[in-house]
Amino acid sequence: MSIVFQKPESLTDKTTIFCPGCSHGIIHRLVGEALDELELRETTVGVAPVGCGVLLYEYFRTDIVEAPHGRAPALATGIKRVRPDLTVFSYQGDGDLASIGMAEIMHAANRGEMITVIFVNNANYGMTGGQMAPTTLPGQKTTTTPTGRDCATHGSPFRMAEIMGALDPVVYSARVSAATPAKIMKAKRAVKKAFQNQKENRGFSFVEVLSTCPTNWGMTPVDAVQFVEKDMEAYYPLGVFRDACGGEK
Amino acid sequence: MNKKVLMKGNEAIAEASVRAGLAGYFGYPITPQNEFTAYMSYHMPAKGRAFVQAESEVAAINMVYGAAATGCRVMTSSSSPGIALMQEAISYMCGAEVPAVIVNIMRGGPGLGNIGPSQGDYNQATRGGGNGDYKMIVYAPSTVQEAVDLTYNAFDVADKYKIPVFILGDGALGQMAEPVLLPEEKPVMKGDQGWGLSGAKGREPRAVMSLRLAEGELRKHNWNLAAKFERIAEAETKYELTDTDYDVLVTAFGTAARVAKTAVRQLREQGIKAALFRPVTICPFPYAALADAAKQAKKVLVAEMNTGQMLFDVKVAVEGAAPVEFMGCPGGESFSPEEIAAKIKEMQG
Repeated sequence: MSIVFQKPESLTDKTTIFCPGCSHGIIHRLVGEALDELELRETTVGVAPVGCGVLLYEYFRTDIVEAPHGRAPALATGIKRVRPDLTVFSYQGDGDLASIGMAEIMHAANRGEMITVIFVNNANYGMTGGQMAPTTLPGQKTTTTPTGRDCATHGSPFRMAEIMGALDPVVYSARVSAATPAKIMKAKRAVKKAFQNQKENRGFSFVEVLSTCPTNWGMTPVDAVQFVEKDMEAYYPLGVFRDACGGEK
Repeated sequence: MNKKVLMKGNEAIAEASVRAGLAGYFGYPITPQNEFTAYMSYHMPAKGRAFVQAESEVAAINMVYGAAATGCRVMTSSSSPGIALMQEAISYMCGAEVPAVIVNIMRGGPGLGNIGPSQGDYNQATRGGGNGDYKMIVYAPSTVQEAVDLTYNAFDVADKYKIPVFILGDGALGQMAEPVLLPEEKPVMKGDQGWGLSGAKGREPRAVMSLRLAEGELRKHNWNLAAKFERIAEAETKYELTDTDYDVLVTAFGTAARVAKTAVRQLREQGIKAALFRPVTICPFPYAALADAAKQAKKVLVAEMNTGQMLFDVKVAVEGAAPVEFMGCPGGESFSPEEIAAKIKEMQG
């Protein structure tokens, strides 16, 4: 009997503690598959964020370092600069990357660090219980925007994939969605390309993945997926915002 | 034969670090240690090693954390307000047991203060500074040569105990030029040290982390860190006692100790019995050695370029064996030897 489908070698057998309907499991798998297919597992160091992604070391069969809140791109820079032979990725949430860590991601990208950044955007702070994130949609209710995000006082959401795409030293910036199987297949190609770029020493690659957070959104997993497709994708258009190397659009 | 060369403190410490097998330097400019970053910006890339001028001190120390987690020798340097910004990552590195060398060329504070030499960061360096229950090794050199030697060896000590090591100097040490004998150059270590993150080839994956969620795990870890520090205190505590016969024992560290040493020499030439006790490691503090030395003293003087921070440790060590007096100089300035000599004379009565 031939095996037609199995768990990526880059992931462990541990059961995740992510909430039912959360996209982290899918995104972990996409990263694991990309590392497997590019044969990078044994040379990879992942940088875990503060937030729901902090337990990366439990789920990835790669070396992992845990960063202080928002600083993952700085750690990744340090690792890659002293060990250019290693594959280095950061895996960060929207509070981590676009709020407290905004300076680190902007400067790492603008230096063109030879790293891969996986950015999980679920429009709120998941781990701390659903507060407003820099990516919370206008009008979206969170525990700290009880009447909905008001851009006049809270500011407007950051579209990070576009911002990254506007920086000259960035070689790849894309936004994908984990909402449906077809979109997940597309997301897989973007994640793989972001690692392929690093493997071929092309430069800084950034993939924003629109993700669900049913628990903090107060939705069923099905409703959460619909929220991603209907509301998030409307504000955060999917697509490639920079591709200096050509190929997949 | 190795010859002495005249070097500015900041550059001499930087060169000693390069010679210790430094793989990466990550820093952010701040006065009075700017020569350090400038020196590294040339000498590290010239040797094919990593140099990054980070976007902030916060980023610089986190680059150090990441790079150090691979098992390479890496460092940063800064001055007081910059070190304050680094405390978060230093706490993480202590929790994750990652070695590195961090140089603080202190300036006047609090806040922006001024750019003069100060010892106002004694408490910050010796009491942790970041969140949680940890200590670091803190060397307080008083000459450029000593700074070179301590920095060069600090990398070995950091690796041995997997702990960040501080070099605590001040603007005077960083800016003065003195003849120094430089140590031999060591190769950069990039092999697997048995714990670092080098890619999980042919072995189980490793995690460098400070998160310990399961019940009892953090308690156990913190007791282990405390036990490690006990071993460090036993093996690595350093101090200098200039004389064996004295009535007044002056205690001082770093630049203040250098000035106090001159005062003590001058007084001894006049037949006045004074001596200097100088902690070289201010953490671990040489409590036992000072307790011993204080037994012979009629009086103990603490001289610091702050309002009295090491004073607390001296009092703990002396424990009432002799009266302790304090003289401070907290404005980003130093004492003159005459000021210290006058105080000793006054104490002698």
